[in-house]
Amino acid sequence: MQKEAAIREPLILGHKSYHDVTEDVCRPIEDKAPRMWYILFGIALIIALYGIGCIVYLLGTGIGVWGLNKTIGWAWDITNFVWWVGIGHAGTLISAVLLLFRQKWRMAINRSAEAMTIFAVFMAGLFPLIHMGRLWVGYWVLPLPNQFGSLWVNFNSPLLWDVFAISTYLSVSLVFWYIGLIPDFATIRDRAKKPVSKKMYSILSFGWSGRAKHWNRFETVSLVLAGLATPLVFSVHSIVSFDFATSIVPGWHTTIFPPYFVAGAVFSGFAMVQTLLLVMRKAMGLEAYIHTKHIEYMNIVIMVTGSIVGTAYITELFISWYSGVEYEAYAFLNRATGPYWWAYWSMMTCNVISPQLMWIRKLRRSLLFTFFISIVVNIGMWFERYVIIVTSIHRDYLPSAWSMHYPSHIDIGVYIGTIGIFFVFFLLFARYFPVLALNEIKTILKGSGQSYKEAPDYHKHH
Amino acid sequence: MAEKVIYVMYDDEEVLKDGAKALVSKGIKIAEVFSPFPIHGIDPIIGIKNTRLGIMAFLYGLTGLMLATVGMRFFMVTDWPMNIGGKPNFSYLENMLAFVPVTFEFTVLCAAHGMAITYLLVNKTLPGMPAQNPDPRTTDDRFVMEIRLSDNLQSSEKEIDAIIENTGFVEIDKKEIK
Repeated sequence: MQKEAAIREPLILGHKSYHDVTEDVCRPIEDKAPRMWYILFGIALIIALYGIGCIVYLLGTGIGVWGLNKTIGWAWDITNFVWWVGIGHAGTLISAVLLLFRQKWRMAINRSAEAMTIFAVFMAGLFPLIHMGRLWVGYWVLPLPNQFGSLWVNFNSPLLWDVFAISTYLSVSLVFWYIGLIPDFATIRDRAKKPVSKKMYSILSFGWSGRAKHWNRFETVSLVLAGLATPLVFSVHSIVSFDFATSIVPGWHTTIFPPYFVAGAVFSGFAMVQTLLLVMRKAMGLEAYIHTKHIEYMNIVIMVTGSIVGTAYITELFISWYSGVEYEAYAFLNRATGPYWWAYWSMMTCNVISPQLMWIRKLRRSLLFTFFISIVVNIGMWFERYVIIVTSIHRDYLPSAWSMHYPSHIDIGVYIGTIGIFFVFFLLFARYFPVLALNEIKTILKGSGQSYKEAPDYHKHH
Repeated sequence: MAEKVIYVMYDDEEVLKDGAKALVSKGIKIAEVFSPFPIHGIDPIIGIKNTRLGIMAFLYGLTGLMLATVGMRFFMVTDWPMNIGGKPNFSYLENMLAFVPVTFEFTVLCAAHGMAITYLLVNKTLPGMPAQNPDPRTTDDRFVMEIRLSDNLQSSEKEIDAIIENTGFVEIDKKEIK
């Protein structure tokens, strides 16, 4: 057992035994779902179905139904893609980077944050696919032997790098998440009374038995996967930023993009984790495991990454002037004072000012305030991508081609729809999957549990 | 031949560890430990060697690196030197920078999935496999030590029982297994 300093706040409140941890996490799965769950699920399902309807209409008609025009060929689709991928980054950061740094507070949030990652990356992947217009030829992005001649995909293109990055990221996150889930499914399996759920969890748990050798392998696999996922998570958003940074469009052609996008991704991802967890901990009675300290830690991450993002915005502005390239300078002047000024200043307010409020201890420990800021940050990060994408291309080198982008109702429907689909997945996860890594929590119970830390013999040496 | 197995159950991992130490110091071999979470420090006591899955991951990664390099060299240089802006890809090395992202991603892809699949196979944990823990509580808050009499022919059952007696167990169960 690893001991920690007395001044460190305990990570698990109250007096919990190993069995209590199992009970607290499994009870919401075994009990009947509360009425609120059905209401939320119903709302999410309706929105999801509307979104699917919009996608079907889009596929049947063509992407002309989006509000794109000859100047603005990329708008909400890619904005939503980057927004969702960014949200996905928090889960991997929590489960992989914090594992490498041996941060124990990650154990309360890693499972649900990773679930969020996977569902968010699903939503992200949807946009490039439907953007093809012909979904059924989606496999053409893979280097498959074909009868079109010597025709291969272009490995020099950042868009193809993105294909590899996103699919690797999605599948590796999925595997990492599932390997952690197996022992917890086994716990549910061994408690299940009803034959159907017993059978289901038995299949899901792959016959896990908790042998010492298996745990030995489990820990190595987790560590190595974390080591692989850490550079992966940084590479994925760097590559997403290359989609823009390797072009010659003023406002996109920027070397600062990769670190700036990664920081922005972590920033928005943590905000989404806060939004989801603040509701989940309350609804599922997990306040003892995800408490103010966890929220505070996450707010500090939001503050730090928000400051990096803010610095990047200001650096961009400075460099556009300092470079002496008038096209570059105009692109940024136009962002701040042109017809899209409102999007730019919404982004600046949400992403630069709001995270700075987290310097105040009282605010970053306030759950209500955190919830509010987490929504603000998510709105701000959507605007960030919109500003980068649309304002950079709506006024290009040729003033006669200048144009504005007005989203069609299909643009809006597909976007809102993905939020619905995301919540359908997340609510199903919260209903049937262990939302805390319950067996991992047990390993820190004696070292970081409140009643154990407050016991008189805790600081005695063995 | 039927074999006799002793399952000793504890409610605390530290107590099990001390018990295991006591048994091993008397020359008793512990066949297996079942626990709801990894017990740190149990492996050297009961003689479990560290896993070599990390090495496997490295080898899978190398395979991915090689496949990506060979593949992209064939697609982009040998088979069809793609001409981008009047600059066809005539040599792999000169164009290598553009291939770094995919090479990296494919290396990670192979290392991660190769290791994950190997892990599931060597554990024999696959969809549809039956649970093998001796008691359902071992995935909740109980820790079980398995001792096989056939591993410990030098000591009689009575001698083993006598040592177990002082280890602070909560339940003991003896089974004949085939």
